[in-house]
Amino acid sequence: MVKVIYVEQDGARHDIDVPEGWTVMQGAQRNGLDGIEAECGGSCCCATCHVYVAEDMLGLIPPPGEMEDGMLDNVVAERRPNSRLSCQITLTAALDGLVVHLPEAQS
Amino acid sequence: MAAPIVIVGAGQAGLQIAESLRGGKYEGEILLIGDEPVPPYHRPPLSKDVLLGLALGEQIEIRSRETLARKNITLLTGVPVQAINRERRQIAMADGTRYDYRGLALATGARLRRLTVPGSELQGVVGLRSLADSHVILAALKTARHVAVVGGGFIGLEVAAAARKAGAQVTVFEAGDRLMARAVAPVLSDFFLALHEAQGVEVRLGRTVMEIVGKEGRVTGLYGDDGGFRRADLVVVGIGIEANDRLAAAAGLDCDRGIVVDACSRTSDPLIVAAGDCTVLRDAVHGGMRRLESVQNAVEQGKSAAAALLGQERPFSQTPWFWSTQYDVTLQMAGLSTGYDSLVLRGNPATGAFSVFYYRQDRLIAVESVNRPQDHMLARKLLDAGQSPSPEVVADEGSKLALA
Repeated sequence: MVKVIYVEQDGARHDIDVPEGWTVMQGAQRNGLDGIEAECGGSCCCATCHVYVAEDMLGLIPPPGEMEDGMLDNVVAERRPNSRLSCQITLTAALDGLVVHLPEAQS
Repeated sequence: MAAPIVIVGAGQAGLQIAESLRGGKYEGEILLIGDEPVPPYHRPPLSKDVLLGLALGEQIEIRSRETLARKNITLLTGVPVQAINRERRQIAMADGTRYDYRGLALATGARLRRLTVPGSELQGVVGLRSLADSHVILAALKTARHVAVVGGGFIGLEVAAAARKAGAQVTVFEAGDRLMARAVAPVLSDFFLALHEAQGVEVRLGRTVMEIVGKEGRVTGLYGDDGGFRRADLVVVGIGIEANDRLAAAAGLDCDRGIVVDACSRTSDPLIVAAGDCTVLRDAVHGGMRRLESVQNAVEQGKSAAAALLGQERPFSQTPWFWSTQYDVTLQMAGLSTGYDSLVLRGNPATGAFSVFYYRQDRLIAVESVNRPQDHMLARKLLDAGQSPSPEVVADEGSKLALA
């Protein structure tokens, strides 16, 4: 299990154990975090699973591919340097303790 | 105690209705009933990541059982609903149990259209609609050497891509003269034909399957309508779906190859709403009934259906959007190109990234994008706003496209 800390807009914090190999999006979905919509189910096609990744672990995650980069240009909330689509972040043991902040809106 | 709101169908639309009811401050009981044995899950990955072995069943669950329980949504799985009694405001389950309802939502989805040629019932002849179907195909791909795909639409082509990645020889039979003809323009059909051929798939356009043959009850091959025989240890049939409207029709609700709903997801009974693949909506532009088989439609109709149950009008009018992933190519579609009279290319298909803009009487009606996510997302905004960039600007990659 990899611990992921999802922080909502109002500061509410959810520590969730997510199996290795799953994505940050999948962990949020099953646990019912409404701040991640993930309408396309992880196909990198809808830009509704946007998160801001805490800077300390950003370097441990492979950079966005072309599709993700293009979709990130169109997220509803502000795109920042640490913006990622959570369906494209696959969890490894190295990411234990990963903190992601949810944006104010997804759609 | 007041009766619950009952939702028949625990897929994307059914779940959306349940959660939107909670979001709309409905605090009464919600009964969400699914005929599959698992909690609501994302269906699109079934023909993509699941077949590629990249996602297990639980990974594609939209909500776990525990999460639904926490939201006070009662989930019943693996139990088919047998009948609706509108007079008594009751539904009857196959085992005889009855549940009263104060409001009823139908999100019964769709079923596979079946092949009817001889041999269609052989083992190894399968369709793809459910997680169980996907697991059957995934297991079969581990040993299958010759895979035949019947139907060159999205599902068939996504399966063909997965089968190639698994190392099988793949033949696709498409009765029409081009791929994905119901959804996309010829320029895109040509692009995807070349893509699949480059990946080693044999695509047989204008060909159907006449007979499937087997040995000891298991498929071994098939005959095309040209008389030719092809070996096959797995035949995947992807020739479309039919709305599950029997329950509704038997209860006397208006149906027309789907449960007829208005833009607010209301059926002909004021206590009953419907959403998702099981519905048809009167097409305001082209006339006739239109069924949209998409996640977006399930989600948006689900939101409208929940609102209607709470006595509010929330018409669904967003631009339709869809997608398909085949190999490393992502096709994203916004709007409906039906009835277009001209089209403009942005980008060059030879580069593997381009978009097609469709116009009808100078008005932009749809955009299909191959590996051009920016175009797709902008297209959704343009179409939502009813804006039509000039064909000259679209065709010139040097000109920036933007919402006015």
